[in-house]
Parts: sequence; structure tokens; C-alpha cells
Amino acid sequence: MAAGKWKWPAYHVFVGAIAILMLYPIIWLFMSSFKESRTIFATASQLIPQSWDFGNYAAGWAGVGGQPFAQFIVNSLIIVVLATIGVVISSALVAFGFGRLDFRGRNLWFALMMVTLMLPHDVVLVPQYIIFSKLGWLNSMKPIVIPNYFGAPFFIFLMIQFIRSIPSELDEAATIDGCDKFRLFYRIILPLIKPALATAAIFSFYWRWEDLIGPVLYLNSPQKYTVSMGLKMFLDSESGSNWGAMFAMSIVSLIPVVVVFFMFQKQIVEGISSSGLKG
Amino acid sequence: MRKQSLRANLTGYAFISPFVIGFLVFTFIPILISLYLSFTNYNLFNNPQWIGTFNFKKMFTQDQKYWNSVRVTFIYVFAGVPLRLMFALFVAMLLNTKSRMVGFYRTVYYLPSIIGGSVAVSIMWRNIFNEQGIVNSLLIFLGIPPVAWYGDPNAALGTLIALSVWQFGSSMLIFLAGLKNISPEMYEAAGIDGATAPRKFFKITLPLLSPIILFNLIMQTISAFMTFVPAYIISKGEGTPMDGTLLYSLYLFRQAFMFNNMGYAAAMAWVMLIMVGIMTAILFKTSKLWVFYESKGGR
Repeated sequence: MAAGKWKWPAYHVFVGAIAILMLYPIIWLFMSSFKESRTIFATASQLIPQSWDFGNYAAGWAGVGGQPFAQFIVNSLIIVVLATIGVVISSALVAFGFGRLDFRGRNLWFALMMVTLMLPHDVVLVPQYIIFSKLGWLNSMKPIVIPNYFGAPFFIFLMIQFIRSIPSELDEAATIDGCDKFRLFYRIILPLIKPALATAAIFSFYWRWEDLIGPVLYLNSPQKYTVSMGLKMFLDSESGSNWGAMFAMSIVSLIPVVVVFFMFQKQIVEGISSSGLKG
Repeated sequence: MRKQSLRANLTGYAFISPFVIGFLVFTFIPILISLYLSFTNYNLFNNPQWIGTFNFKKMFTQDQKYWNSVRVTFIYVFAGVPLRLMFALFVAMLLNTKSRMVGFYRTVYYLPSIIGGSVAVSIMWRNIFNEQGIVNSLLIFLGIPPVAWYGDPNAALGTLIALSVWQFGSSMLIFLAGLKNISPEMYEAAGIDGATAPRKFFKITLPLLSPIILFNLIMQTISAFMTFVPAYIISKGEGTPMDGTLLYSLYLFRQAFMFNNMGYAAAMAWVMLIMVGIMTAILFKTSKLWVFYESKGGR
């Protein structure tokens, strides 16, 4: 079958054409970031810029609303790193509890977790905002970061699936050797579920990096804004002259996403295929 | 179930305590607060004022914008999700071969999904459908009159649906994983019996993939129902033109955080919860008719 397909140029022409269609918008964005702002739309149908203009990157990097773009990147990185550390550690602890320990009420809590997995986030949006505002957490990264320290159902579920594939004889052997549950978790299970931990970390990175609603709700001062908010500011202050800068910074904001994708491609693809993560 | 010692119970709860605490603080209590607020008038600054079912009455009988947002959301979900899944399945079948290029194609098709939720992509999409954007340039080239994508509410919604279809990658990967589990012998046997390609598709591929289709359908429907970022960016946060892109989540957001109608937004959230619950239940119920589980001997 493989050899037959390989000899079948029509197949590659067709699949390749769809591939170009898929990538075209991204390539267009990339190429437009090198066009002079006022020519972007006049030359929308030409992919290659007539003259390469790198000024957009300098203009974008200089920032918007009095904030340098680097500031947004630093803010985003702080949020992403803190949130990811929290969500991976806490989800792993919970997954070990559900996947390996027997205790009263486990099934009930597991069911509640699965329901939470399907719960529309909008339902808790308003009350969470009110709670965080009463706590005095508005205009700080606390409401965006701290909830990650209580595990995320998606990741817990993913890790449970991994833990279940580890033979339980390992646990028994370790227990006989005098391992308590925490050591069992830390020394035996955790190293074995590294692929699941990595998958969770990668997706946490993506979700926090791209998150818009958290920063929109909870960050009010531009010096605390994230990359998403920075881009949105470009959009709000749109005046025809800064299209190029906005496109250039859009590309900058996608660089980490694409780099992580190509570095961990195999991991990501397996994570999706086995768990259905990422809408 | 066998009796557990106190120690085993304590250990278990120690491990799951992050979830238990997080669930109570960030999900359970907020849901109760949301239920209470849905019967109040609350603007964040004064105390909530009990108004009974007024929010719901207003929503269902007076608020035209609300019904519009329900209509727009349903069109978005019922057009976008099936289109996206059909495309995902079609491409997954195309890529279910052993050609060396398949890995490359898979990467290319998946890339738009990985950068999917970002502001950058929404900004790009808006500009592609701009009056002078690439899509209109293409239409002119083909001799078709250009469309004022963001002047016409239906066309604007169409661009949002197109964006969601473009990001079919994750559903495709899940389908691909499912297709790889179908043994080639099945198709060979059917081929010997003289089955045509469409017959193989409807009699082998679809039934064996049906549990995965159900899974994709439920997850995609829920997440499509909550779509926010593209609508927010493409319409500059307002749902323009003429509320054509005012998806439910966006309208809820505007009620809560633009107009400070926290009670009304909470009521909207509850109606959304019920709608999503009903849709999921319908999918599960009807799935008995079309989802095929091998382990249960067919049904």
C-alpha cells in the first residue's frame, strides 16, 4: 500500500495543495510583517514584499502605550513559568492519589473531577472575579497563577491514564522494601510518567501564553500586561500606520509557540492522540 | 469495597487535597454564588439585591440581544463543529498511509491548531478578511465581486466559522489515532467480498470510529459553545457588525464586565450550563443508536 501511494503523484499534489492552503495565512502574516505598513493591504495578494522592511520589528519592539514589548514578554514568561510549575506538581499528586491509592470516597471525587472537566468555564467566571476582587487580588497575577496550584482536571486525567499503564507489582515491591506512599510517588511513579508530565507542561505553556481572558479581567495597568494584552493594545490603538508593527509583534508572540511545537512535536502529537487535549 | 484503614484514607486525601480544596474554592462555591447572584441585581459596588426570577424573565422575553447571541452561537456551533469534524476525518483518512511525507503533512495540518487560541491568529484572520484583504483579492481574481466581510453580520460570523474549521488539527490527530487501530485485514476481507470504497467507509470505518466521533463531538461542542477570543478580537470586543459575532460568551462577558450586570451575567451562565448539559445528554442518549462498541458485541 505504501509503495503504491508513493508512486501516486496525484495524492501528493492534492494533499500538498491542502497543506499550502493551511499554511498560507501564517505565511501571509509572516510576509506582511516585512511590508511597509501602508502597502500591506494594497499588496495583500502579493506574498513577497516588494522591498523588505525590518523597521516594523523595531517599531513593534519599542512597544505600545508607553510600554516596551519586552516588558509584556517578561510578564508572560513569569506567569507561564509559575503557573506551569504549579499545575504539573499539583496535578501529578492528585493523579497519583486517584490512580494508585484506595480510600473512602475516591469514586465520588473522581466523578466530580470528570464533571469539572466538562464544566463550561463561563459559569464560574463572574463569581471567581468577585472572590478575587474581595481578596484584593485584582491587578495582580495572583488570580491567573494561584488556581493552577490546585491541579487541572485535564492534566490529572491525562496522568491517571499514564499511571494506570504502570504495573502495580512495582508498588508492591517498593512497599515491601519499606517505601512509604510519598516515596513511592516521588521515586517510582513520577520518573515513569515523565512523558505525561512533559505533555502537561507543554500544554500549560500554550494555554497560559495564549490566555487572553485572564489578563483582560485581572490586569489593569499596562506595565503588568502580557503578550496577548500587548497585541490587543496594538489593535485598540490601530491607526493605519502601525499595522506592520502589530504584525511583526504577532510573529514574535508566535515564535515560542512554534519553537516548542517543533521541539516536542512527537510528545504533543501523542498527548493529543491519547487524550484529546486542546480544543 | 474493602474497608480501608484511617491511615490509608488520610494518605489518599493528602494526595488529592489540592483538587479537593481547589474544587471547593474555585468551582463549587463559585457555582453556588453564581446561582444566588442569578436571582439578584448586582453591580459589584452595592450589595446584591434579590429580584427573584427577573433576570431570567428579562433574558427570555425582553432582551433581543440575548436571543441574537443564542442564535449566533447555535449557528456557530452547529455549522462549525460538524464541518470541522468532517474535514478532520477526511484529512485523517488521507494521511492514514505509510508514505514518508505523511509526518510532514501531519505537522503542517496541525500547526494552525497549536497557534489557534492566540490573539495573533485572530488579528491575522481579521485582516485576511479585510475589505482589501487577501480573500477579497482572490475573489476579484476569480471574477467574483468582493464581500464586505465585516459589514455583513452573516459574513462576519462566516469568517469565525472558517477560523474554527481551519483549526481542525487536534480532532484530526485523534481520528488518525483511531484509524490506526482499525486492522487492515478488515478492509482486505471486505475487498475480497467485493465491497466498494464507500461501502467500506460506511460499514467499517464509521462504525469502528464512532466512539471517537462521539468523544470529539462532545468535547468540540462544549469548547465551541465557549468560544471567546476570536469573537472578542475580530469584533473589537463588541460583537460587531450588528451583533453578528456576538457569541454567547462574549455577550456574557460584556454584561458582566462592561455593564457591571453581574447578576444578569450569572443568570446567563446558568442557562448556558443547562443548555450545554442538555446538549451533552442528547449526544449521549442518541449515541446508543449510532455508536458501536466492539467489546459489547455491537451495542
